[in-house]
Amino acid sequence: MLTVATAVLAIITASPLVWMLSASVKEPGEIFSSSLIPQHPTLDNYRYVFTQLPFLRFILNTFFVAGTITVVALLLHSMAGFAFARLRFPGRETIFLAIFSTFLVSLQVIIVPLFILVQRMGMVNTYAGLIIPVTFNAFGIFLLRQFYLGIPIDLHEAAILDGASYWGIYWNIMLPLSRPILSALAVFFFLVNWNAFLWPLTITTNQDLWVVQVAIASFQGQYSAAWNYIMAASVVVALPTLFLFFLFQRQLVESIKTSGIK
Amino acid sequence: MDNPTRSSLRNSGYSAEKLEQFRRAGPTRTHKGGKLFWTRSRKEALAAWLFILPDTLGLLIFVAIPMVLALSLGFFEVNGFGGYRFVGLANYNRMFRDPLFLESLWVTIVYVACLVPGLYVTGLGLALLVRQRIPLIGVWRSLFFMPYVVSLVVIALIWKVLLIDKVGFVNRVLQMVGLSGEAWLGDPRFALGAVLFITIWFLMGYYMVIFLSGLQEIPREYYEAAKIDGANAWTMFTRITLPLLRPTSFFVLLVSTVSAVSGSQAFDIIYVMTNGGPANSTSLAVFYIYEQAFKFNNYGYAAAMASFLVVVLLVLTMVMFAATRGGRFHLT
Repeated sequence: MLTVATAVLAIITASPLVWMLSASVKEPGEIFSSSLIPQHPTLDNYRYVFTQLPFLRFILNTFFVAGTITVVALLLHSMAGFAFARLRFPGRETIFLAIFSTFLVSLQVIIVPLFILVQRMGMVNTYAGLIIPVTFNAFGIFLLRQFYLGIPIDLHEAAILDGASYWGIYWNIMLPLSRPILSALAVFFFLVNWNAFLWPLTITTNQDLWVVQVAIASFQGQYSAAWNYIMAASVVVALPTLFLFFLFQRQLVESIKTSGIK
Repeated sequence: MDNPTRSSLRNSGYSAEKLEQFRRAGPTRTHKGGKLFWTRSRKEALAAWLFILPDTLGLLIFVAIPMVLALSLGFFEVNGFGGYRFVGLANYNRMFRDPLFLESLWVTIVYVACLVPGLYVTGLGLALLVRQRIPLIGVWRSLFFMPYVVSLVVIALIWKVLLIDKVGFVNRVLQMVGLSGEAWLGDPRFALGAVLFITIWFLMGYYMVIFLSGLQEIPREYYEAAKIDGANAWTMFTRITLPLLRPTSFFVLLVSTVSAVSGSQAFDIIYVMTNGGPANSTSLAVFYIYEQAFKFNNYGYAAAMASFLVVVLLVLTMVMFAATRGGRFHLT
């Protein structure tokens, strides 16, 4: 009984995504039929998306932007997290407190001044503008610091006695040890940045720099009735994230459990 | 994340060979200065500052300065070409007399007041449901969580088609069971409800995961003891589960409130689905601010309104910080 209820609820929850998949292979006239199974399945919608629109370019842009942010953010956050967890220096508590206080400031709230600032720096319509301003967040530093605090300190001290440099300890000991949390965060960061919409929308007007989310949101305006094309494009945009989810479900869930904050 | 155990330490990273390597390399002298000045603690401090420099600088420039700017920009009139003119409190006066802003504040309050309890109930409910030992539980959990990994733009596009008047899938299904469909997104009475429904559908799997990890921390013996004493399921829920779940609950309520106020999910959904309409019924404060800035180029005015939200969020952050004793909080 409970099993049936759970199963039914779960399937209903996932059904809009199934509907998207089904609509993406339907013919234009069929999109509003109530059947989930297309009468004449076709890949024309996908063909249209890739041939009539520079969709491949948008995909590559997004891969580049999300990938760069993920790699750079993980490097910088793990460096900072290591220092806050393991090194003693004046101002440590104060600086960490200051960083923590930016924890809950979300982009939506500071977007106007941030845009003005970034505009002044000449980064509107550049890859740098898409990447740099959204690379820094307190969340990653905080999480990695927590993780490094859990690594036995005698390891650190032994390495110091052996004459290892701080960079050596970070690079040769801490980083390899934090591989599990780094891979979990990498999946999470990539996902968040692949899905990001507000910042790319604000900072790019040049179509050559569009990421996929901005692209599909604007198709909608241009091809407002062509839902079959829009659904095909949506599937293409959603696929990498669903793929990552099925591959790295455990890591993703773990990183949410530890942190709980997006 | 599990802390590495001794055995995993021995296997990875700091191996015997590595130790030997360090030993052979001997003490490193990275700084050539006189021994007296470069004491160990000074070296350590310098290294630490270099480690945190890039991230701290980045956060300062791209988060802290915009925050301060948000608070001060409101006193200026900013035109599209970067010209500034000090206007004192004019923007703030205008703000509290702007019916559209006040309306957007009201929409925000309704949105937050419905979303936070909605997420709490659905998140906890799902967590309790998928905690049961039933067949294929991993599959059901994944299905509940799945919407969360898809981008909000895609989510909004899907639901926009599903909710289309008369011919949309949702109305078709309603008609099949004998109900009349509605113009969900075209009617001011329903549009905000639709946005709320979609936000909850999107986020509930995420909160389910958080509640699940909270539930796992409650020792099973408590329930077994209660069962022996003849407690029913409801008593166990109110007397054991809820009280012991308090830290998780607190965390969930705070995070969901903050993200609801700042429209973390709502912005994308509204931008794609309703554009704030119909009749401004889905125009949240963050959306109205965005329109003022990027549609009408009223940057100063938008900043004034945003600073209002910044203050609200700062207060919330401070509450959170105090309640969790300096950020050293754990979910449990």
